Amino acid sequence: MNLRPVNSIIERYGGKRTALINILHDVQDQYSHLPKEALKTVAQKLRIDLPDIYGVATFYKSFSLIPKGKHSLTLCHGTACHVREGVKILREIKRRLNIEPGQTTGDGQISLNVVNCLGVCAIGPVMVLDGKFYGEMNALKARKMVEKILNGRDGGKYEKN
Amino acid sequence: MEGMGENMRKIKSVSQLEGWREQILARLKESETTISVCGGTGCQAYGCQKVKKAFQKELSKGKINNKKITLKYTGCPGFCERGPLVTILPDNIFYQRVKVEDVPQILSETVHHGRKIDHLLFEDPDLHKKILFAQDIPFYRAQKRLLLSKNDLIDPTRIEDYIAIDGYQSLAKVLSRIQPEEIIEEIKASGLRGRGGAGYPTGKKWENCKQAPGDTKYIICNCDEGDPGAFMDRSLLEGNPHSILEGMLIGAYAIGAKQGFIYVRQEYPLAYQNAERAITQARRAGFLGKNILGSGFDFDVDTARGGGAFICGESTALIASIEGRVGEPRSKQVHTVSQGLWEKPTNINNVETWANVPLIVEKGSQWFSSIGTEKSKGTKIFSLVGKVKNTGLVEVPMGITLREIIFDIGGGPQNGKAIKAVQTGGPSGGCIPASLFDLPVDYDSLTRAGSMMGSGGMIVMDEGTCMVDVAKYFVHFLKEESCGKCLPCREGLKRMGEILDGITEGKGNGETLPLLEELANVVADASLCGLGKSAPNPILSGLKYFRPEFEDHVYRKRCPAAVCTPLIQYSISGTDCTGCGACKKACPAQAIEGERKQSHWILPELCTKCGSCRDVCKTQAVRVQ
Repeated sequence: MNLRPVNSIIERYGGKRTALINILHDVQDQYSHLPKEALKTVAQKLRIDLPDIYGVATFYKSFSLIPKGKHSLTLCHGTACHVREGVKILREIKRRLNIEPGQTTGDGQISLNVVNCLGVCAIGPVMVLDGKFYGEMNALKARKMVEKILNGRDGGKYEKN
Repeated sequence: MEGMGENMRKIKSVSQLEGWREQILARLKESETTISVCGGTGCQAYGCQKVKKAFQKELSKGKINNKKITLKYTGCPGFCERGPLVTILPDNIFYQRVKVEDVPQILSETVHHGRKIDHLLFEDPDLHKKILFAQDIPFYRAQKRLLLSKNDLIDPTRIEDYIAIDGYQSLAKVLSRIQPEEIIEEIKASGLRGRGGAGYPTGKKWENCKQAPGDTKYIICNCDEGDPGAFMDRSLLEGNPHSILEGMLIGAYAIGAKQGFIYVRQEYPLAYQNAERAITQARRAGFLGKNILGSGFDFDVDTARGGGAFICGESTALIASIEGRVGEPRSKQVHTVSQGLWEKPTNINNVETWANVPLIVEKGSQWFSSIGTEKSKGTKIFSLVGKVKNTGLVEVPMGITLREIIFDIGGGPQNGKAIKAVQTGGPSGGCIPASLFDLPVDYDSLTRAGSMMGSGGMIVMDEGTCMVDVAKYFVHFLKEESCGKCLPCREGLKRMGEILDGITEGKGNGETLPLLEELANVVADASLCGLGKSAPNPILSGLKYFRPEFEDHVYRKRCPAAVCTPLIQYSISGTDCTGCGACKKACPAQAIEGERKQSHWILPELCTKCGSCRDVCKTQAVRVQ
């Protein structure tokens, strides 16, 4: 695999050990997850033991060691979204995609994530699809959006913009 | 760099700052009309970016009435629920729920002819009267928006906008004529207390850090706003990042720190981006770096990103995270003000605390301490969300009652269901019942009521909210977020979660509630850090104020709020159903049967209780029991 981007990310932060979390974020943005080879390079360059890097990579929920799907679906599960029945959306999406939060559908189309709070509580329940925020969601609207993606795979109508 | 005027240069003295400010103000005067479009994350979900683009497109077509028009993409004015929000200045006309289609009309009617557009104005729900100005809307009327009001006035990506509203003037004042010790005295005299939740006096913290032995000191801005339901820190850092930098600069000068960090949680990409941009601009303008404003004072700021870990809001865990380690807290026998980041004295304050600092320097401690109650001074921003009509950010003087916030500003219940409680203080707080809504909101009264101020989340709950479910929600939240270092928190939360799961599944018995209470007290007593110590609060406050609801679940196996799925059933009322078939179409489980124009029914064995049928039913014929 091409590790040149990893080297330039590390350089951008001056190879500082304290930038580890920032570096891991950028690596993940580059590869959609944290590949083992990239982590080895980070360990070498920052002179940190590989197990310690894995410790950090597995402690923080934002990081993933497995590749993410083509589309990223994030459901907010903050208190405000919860009392406005956000949990029903999660239940419905889990049922429809047959995966748990943190997992990706078998065909690599959609990764499902649940986060504690996105801080847009006023318009909850909130869902984020490929970086775009959607407010006042319900189970039905969410299911329709997911189905649009799943159907798009056949008809080619839905493309990530 | 975007947002940097061509006249951008390094400001080397207070008089150069004044010159630059005058230059900016003179340029602003040329503009006859300003159109402010809210650009906060909330309004973005409603499509404010499209509205802004539509304005750009229309304005590029040529001048309107030969007027010079400025289009501004501002921070969050707080009334997120009504977004996208557009304000037309200088007339200050406030439009809400603006769509792309409305843009040409706004330009031709309001900007060109000065005529108002009725359907974009807010309508007073009681008087059915259209309201022209934001300050007359009930949501804004009872607020005291010292900090938030600045969000409306500036584009957070333009340092010039901040300079125009007297930005960095407090820094100039401090560097040119106030001694560090005097600043600390001033902050102490103002009575400012930490806005992150615990309410520790800010001036005292600064003093402790200043007096701690050692030459290298750090300051940190905590924007790891982890409490679900709170988003004032996001809005401040997103909407007015330079005010945070100015607060940090003043703090650093007072304490004697040369380096600062802004720790931003991963879930706030826009806040992070705006903070980074502001730092770059401040460096170029000479507000960060060496010999700031020719005073000999050096200071710089870096950003650090979180990784989706709630515990990193705790000071020692946050420090570990900035150091690039796993975010585990340590025992606080030695405070962070003496040994923090890399073992050096470190002063951590929350975003809102830093935002108050330039204001106190500008207007004086006496002015600041005249607002609020005896022991809680100034204003506090709350995020008013959940089952309430007007949702958004509200800034109020300390001491205002919960009733005023929820009913006068929030407009009361959302859809006719009675409000029964408000949850404050995040997962460490508690639910305050409606019978106590006349409590003044300050650090001490909320703590006495079994909750806490926390960072300012206020989640309103009505009859449709199950208090057992809320307690369960928080316990599971904290179980996930417990770092696992100490046993009482790690195991205790897991067991309490299992007990609450059982209650909501109808598996409770006579021993369940006493066991839950006992366990809650052990976790509170024996945990290492604040997360575990306060974790049982949602359970204990729930049992204190809403015990009958818990007992209903345990003894009668029913959920009065109709939330806990194993205890409820969906059905369709034969008298209200019109047979439109919407529910049948919406049902993902094919659990609804019935002919068109005939009453429909639900097959309980197939029903997944997703609620889609109830969401689409126009006649409220779907019942939950």
